[in-house]
Amino acid sequence: MFLKHLHLINFKNIELAQLELCEGINCFIGSNGAGKTNMLDAIYYMSFCKSFFNPIDSQNIRHEHDFFVIQGTYNLNDEKEHVYCGLKKGVKKQFKRNKKEYDKLSNHIGLLPLVMISPQDERLIVEGSEQRRKYIDSVISQYDRAYLEHLINYNRVISQRNVYLKNLKALNKAAHDMLDVWDFQILELGKKISKARALFLDELKPVFLEMYNFISGEKEVVEFAYKSHLNDDDFEVALRESRERDMILGYSTKGVHKDDVDFRIGGYPIKKMGSQGQKKTFLIALKLGQFKFLAEHKNRKPLLLLDDIFDKLDTQRGDRLIELVGGDFFNQIFITDTQLNRIKPVLRKINKESRIFMVEDGEFKQQ
Amino acid sequence: MNSESYPSQILESAVKEFSQLPGVGKKTALRLVLFLLKQEKNDVLRFADSLRRLREEIVYCKSCYNISDAELCDICASPKRDHETVCVVENIKDVMAIENTQQYFGIYHVLGGVISPMDGIGPDDLMLKPLIEKVEEGKIKELIFALPTTMEGDTTNFYLYRKFGDIEVKITTLARGVSIGDELEYTDEVTLGRSLVNRLPFEKTL
Ligand SMILES: [Zn+2]
Repeated sequence: MFLKHLHLINFKNIELAQLELCEGINCFIGSNGAGKTNMLDAIYYMSFCKSFFNPIDSQNIRHEHDFFVIQGTYNLNDEKEHVYCGLKKGVKKQFKRNKKEYDKLSNHIGLLPLVMISPQDERLIVEGSEQRRKYIDSVISQYDRAYLEHLINYNRVISQRNVYLKNLKALNKAAHDMLDVWDFQILELGKKISKARALFLDELKPVFLEMYNFISGEKEVVEFAYKSHLNDDDFEVALRESRERDMILGYSTKGVHKDDVDFRIGGYPIKKMGSQGQKKTFLIALKLGQFKFLAEHKNRKPLLLLDDIFDKLDTQRGDRLIELVGGDFFNQIFITDTQLNRIKPVLRKINKESRIFMVEDGEFKQQ
Repeated sequence: MNSESYPSQILESAVKEFSQLPGVGKKTALRLVLFLLKQEKNDVLRFADSLRRLREEIVYCKSCYNISDAELCDICASPKRDHETVCVVENIKDVMAIENTQQYFGIYHVLGGVISPMDGIGPDDLMLKPLIEKVEEGKIKELIFALPTTMEGDTTNFYLYRKFGDIEVKITTLARGVSIGDELEYTDEVTLGRSLVNRLPFEKTL
């Protein structure tokens, strides 16, 4: 699978861009703020129906304009796939595949698998559990449609229960009867979600380790420790007992919406003990492991987006990364960088077709 | 258009009333009002009378909350219907849809909504009382849940199921799966997966 042609109008700082892309490596070179990361975001948009950086759709429209359009033509198993995304202020987002609008955007997720490696990934280590759940959910949703459906339903149950709790005056029998129903749904949907998350982390671990050890050149003991209320023996009891507290707080405190995963190196949490180099390698290995995992599950190689990553790696690790992504295992790759003379030698080391686009003030010119 | 431009206050007030209908703006309202003005006087008065009767005379069936001209709706009053089978639906449009299939001969119960605190509907807002009475009196053999296939529909199904759980009554729900005329490759995976899990003996499909 690869993206052949990309057409943008008024997306972020890009007024107009029409790119013919190659199946190998496509580089966007320009200074910070020129628009190269926005181009990656547009590609991300076509896979996930939303921005990687800004979840508020209308804020992705170019300043002082009232719509944006992203159109891409892909080659998917030697057939053309046309994807259209249009957003006009105040109107529902339009998302079409081969000119046919989707009933549900969730039906599109997974068609065009994609992995983005970005400096923002740091949030997976330094920020709260929500980031890690979002990450896990977005990967599983790309290959398990039922999972996405369960997740949407689960989140609705939690929202309904929260509104009910906020308006509740007393925890009487009628309230318990009602909460029994939502708790049953939290348990049943939660079991499915939790099972899929645990399975995903189990399967991801070996491919992750392979990548980690390759890039770092070391053999470390790395662990993903999955933590879920659902794994507690008496989750049902705990859920029931949380009602009084939940009523006072006005939200639901127990369930898989509080899940977390502890990343550990050599037995210690990477957040506290890992060096900068270990953290960066960890995040890149996590994403490349995800790539391999998705490629196996979908029988289709995802697009790989590398946002400004050579800047952050020492030469040795950078070289190993290049060796890795230059191999046959990866297909189409998009790279952004600020320096042309850093990218040129990289491209020479890789035996793949490549194209360079110079980016200035939202304009893209093929070199 | 501002209010000064209407040549008549009566016209203006009629436009105002029409524009309160869903999906009708001031422009459309004016077009409808001018259309009515051009019609035969008797036709328009009949139209007005039907609106008045709609509001004054229509009642909700005291047994099932369907719309009715009398205390009991035609369906509840009919001796030809099977009064031991009750199909539980969200609203009156669902009754009409199921009646149109001409495949159902039981009676209905209209809840008037599904449980959704986000939309201001809690369990106490459902029209449940006559149904609970009927079930508790042992008058019902089968309850068919025909609520929307949304999460809120599921929540309401579970809620009712638990309410009637201790009473001897058969509870069924509509089959969910691939629609007739659907090509499998275009059926979403969730529906297709559910249809596989709940597959039927072939004889039943003949
Ligand atoms: Zn009736």
